[in-house]
Amino acid sequence: MAERITIDPITRIEGHLRIDAEVDGGKISKAWSSGQMWRGIEVILQGRDPRDAWLFTQRICGVCTTVHALASVRAVENALGLEIPKNAQYIRNLVQSIHCLHDHIVHFYVLSALDWVDVVSALQADPAKTAALAQSLSEWPGNSVKRFKAVKEKVKAIVDSGQLGPFSNAYWGHPAMTLPPEANLMAVSHYLEALDYQRKANKALAIISGKNPHIQNFSVGGVTAAINLDNEATLNMERLYWVKQLVQEVQGFINQVYLPDIVAVGALYKDWLQYGAGVTNYLAVPDMVLDTKGTKFDLPGGTIFDGDLATVKPITSFNDKYFEDNVVESIAHAWYDGDWTRHPYEEDTVPKYTDFQDDGKYTWLKAPRFQGRPMQVGPLAQLLVGYAQGHELTVKSVDNALNLVSSVAGVQVGPAVLHSTPGRHVARAVRASMMAELALKHWQLLVDNVGRGDLEIFNPPTFPQGEQRGYGFHEAPRGALSHWIVIRDGKIKNYQCVVPSTWNAGPRDEAGQAGPYEASLVGNPMADAEKPLEVLRTIHSFDPCIACAVHMLDPHGKEMIKVKVV
Amino acid sequence: MTSNSDELVMNPEVSRRGFLKGCTMAAAALGLSDAMIPKLVEAAANPQKPPVVWLHFQECTGCTESLLRASHPDIGRLILDIISLDYHETVMAAAGHQAEEQLQKTIKEYEGKFICVVEGGIPTKDGGVYCKISGRTAMDILADVAPKAAAVIAIGSCAAFGGIQAAEPNPTGAVGVRDLVSGTPVINVPGCPPNPVAFLGTVLHYLTFKRLPETDYLGRPLFAYGRKIHDHCERRAHFDEGRFAEEFGDTGHKAGYCLYKVGCKGPETYNNCPTARFNDAGVWPVSVGHGCIGCSEPAFWDMMSPFYERLPGVPIPGGDGIVASAESTGKKILGVAGAAIGIHAAVGIGKRLVKGKSDDEK
Repeated sequence: MAERITIDPITRIEGHLRIDAEVDGGKISKAWSSGQMWRGIEVILQGRDPRDAWLFTQRICGVCTTVHALASVRAVENALGLEIPKNAQYIRNLVQSIHCLHDHIVHFYVLSALDWVDVVSALQADPAKTAALAQSLSEWPGNSVKRFKAVKEKVKAIVDSGQLGPFSNAYWGHPAMTLPPEANLMAVSHYLEALDYQRKANKALAIISGKNPHIQNFSVGGVTAAINLDNEATLNMERLYWVKQLVQEVQGFINQVYLPDIVAVGALYKDWLQYGAGVTNYLAVPDMVLDTKGTKFDLPGGTIFDGDLATVKPITSFNDKYFEDNVVESIAHAWYDGDWTRHPYEEDTVPKYTDFQDDGKYTWLKAPRFQGRPMQVGPLAQLLVGYAQGHELTVKSVDNALNLVSSVAGVQVGPAVLHSTPGRHVARAVRASMMAELALKHWQLLVDNVGRGDLEIFNPPTFPQGEQRGYGFHEAPRGALSHWIVIRDGKIKNYQCVVPSTWNAGPRDEAGQAGPYEASLVGNPMADAEKPLEVLRTIHSFDPCIACAVHMLDPHGKEMIKVKVV
Repeated sequence: MTSNSDELVMNPEVSRRGFLKGCTMAAAALGLSDAMIPKLVEAAANPQKPPVVWLHFQECTGCTESLLRASHPDIGRLILDIISLDYHETVMAAAGHQAEEQLQKTIKEYEGKFICVVEGGIPTKDGGVYCKISGRTAMDILADVAPKAAAVIAIGSCAAFGGIQAAEPNPTGAVGVRDLVSGTPVINVPGCPPNPVAFLGTVLHYLTFKRLPETDYLGRPLFAYGRKIHDHCERRAHFDEGRFAEEFGDTGHKAGYCLYKVGCKGPETYNNCPTARFNDAGVWPVSVGHGCIGCSEPAFWDMMSPFYERLPGVPIPGGDGIVASAESTGKKILGVAGAAIGIHAAVGIGKRLVKGKSDDEK
């Protein structure tokens, strides 16, 4: 007889997520993913100035700050056929790559590590042995006996005080927590260091974007960060070198701490490499654009079906028809009126809350599909799509990480292990390392271009009468993001966001196909249904962002008032 | 290289020095005399850390993220040394019913003593179904927790004023905390997100004096929101001299001129951005060439937009600027400008809501 569990709230994520699961014989047999909050931001956008949309949509999420901003300005520019200057592309690339460094670091240490790391067990660790373990993984200066001893004392002081704060009432001592005390102590120490390095990444980002979260240096047509090497109020070499130095410091942390830690967790939990694959159709969009038109990229995009890398099909430009024509969303199991599946330009939605119905409607999230198939998005999708296409940086970075995992685990592993819960973490750390390299590359491209005397940052948009449609995509830290806009006489008529966490956390569709979260939980072990740590492991590996995932569009805004609760 | 993390765990003396510096800066931000610093230090280093319950409703987590970027105190010190963050869905280890248990335990055990922080708006339409946690609506949770708190800090423009989801047509009937809570003191720390120094200053003030700092009529602490952006902007001299960027990337923009004509809302926004700056990088939006969007003002999504159109009702100095005639008419012109901003507060693109400052705040 299957036992039903509900986990609400799922913590250490952005937003309000509820997961339900049936557990049978110590394994999960069925699962439901439910978004529990809705704001209607796309309704609010209707009738507004398209130039303002990026400021609104950025507020969809403060964890994924910058990403909706970027997709939004690209969507409006795509609708207008507006190219932006090279410098603006490079500055936007710096924004996205530096934000990504912060985001991936925070995701592992702050939001996920406590699923694998037992803080209380660190009290049993020997600081000298911890240093030996850490030094076998990397030459990071912070891996000293002195530091580990101090961290252990800090943990002890907190535990002794009885005020555990955010560490209260957690799954310490859970049977699925199997790291040795030394690995736990090392991870706690790195958790505290990660707080410093994510802040450095944000400082670099703020220098070019004014502040963050919620940057303020974009505009439709380019960026607003004026470049003038002879002025103190603009981007000049003092500012730009500060950015470079900070990025280099963060790169050091990623390559010497974050990546080795992930390798260690993946290798020490190698049993978990068999769990959590779920949907193995993958979607990524190209990004880190190299030209003004959006036809050349430093990160490739494309699709893979059924986990078969040979099926890879590329997505190649800002006007890619293969992408534009094949995205749809289903509301068959979502709290909206109707049961249709439609293209984003054509959606017409009215909220209709029904409470949680196992076989009916059970979430505020829609179910996006590509050619009718559920797709997994995120760093893993991006890496696999690049790997399958033989993209040089991706192949080099993935092979390097897999070799490290193999050597720590004592068994040779190939790309197949990436289709798993730990695989998503490995992919994210690898991607962080690649993005640090690309951030520095695009910093150099910007400086070289400025050095040639090009100071352009902005091409003013003009809005013709009549109707224009466009979409903009961005490979965000959580995966393929796209914004779809219909403009009429210079005002927003329709606006739709198809978001990474909607791809991953969305419900079943009209054909009953489960979304990636739901599929990935099936088959996961469950040692103690009262303490469903295993569910958190697999869900967190996707890096959920529910504020992003829940959105809707109603082209007939007036009908909103008639909505009734059923 | 010494990091904050090293200071936090490795070197109590350095740590204490950094900590004292943080308290000194907080005292300066709060306008306190040096004599008060020991009291601040004592309050912030109290062995019994004050419990904090942080509620997330209709929000984007940007306010929490802003705290991750704070440096004095930094997030590690804040949650390990200064407060006991007993419930916070984004960082807490517990989940599901263990998390719910933790919330109930804290509000019971520390009734009347804990600080409640609210991040996000509260949907009130249709019985509040648009935001549920653990099966309860945001309204229900707020009604349960807020009356038991010693004080409520509404962080961000959503918790303070309803925020982005309350922008027209406000599909979910979103409101701010003060629209629903009475009987418990509520202070607003708006911004999208607010500068973390405004939030941390409020917390340290409360821990020190056991009362909330003085506020304006919108419930915002004066130490952070008492002055107009326009009055402390580094580009103000360009405004006064009539030197403007007419378009992003033009000669005036590249020269760092005033951004009023490309949409800056600084003349009507009360916040400390030009002085507090962001992310320890000495920056704020105007310093990267983008106008202020007025994010700490109520209903700014409707009142301050379109963001790239110029704010009406702000007299612009002539070609010779005002400095040429400052000796005789400067005061008079500034007086007129101030009044004009107040009078024309209800403009925008024809849908601005009525707003403005009371006379003593002009």
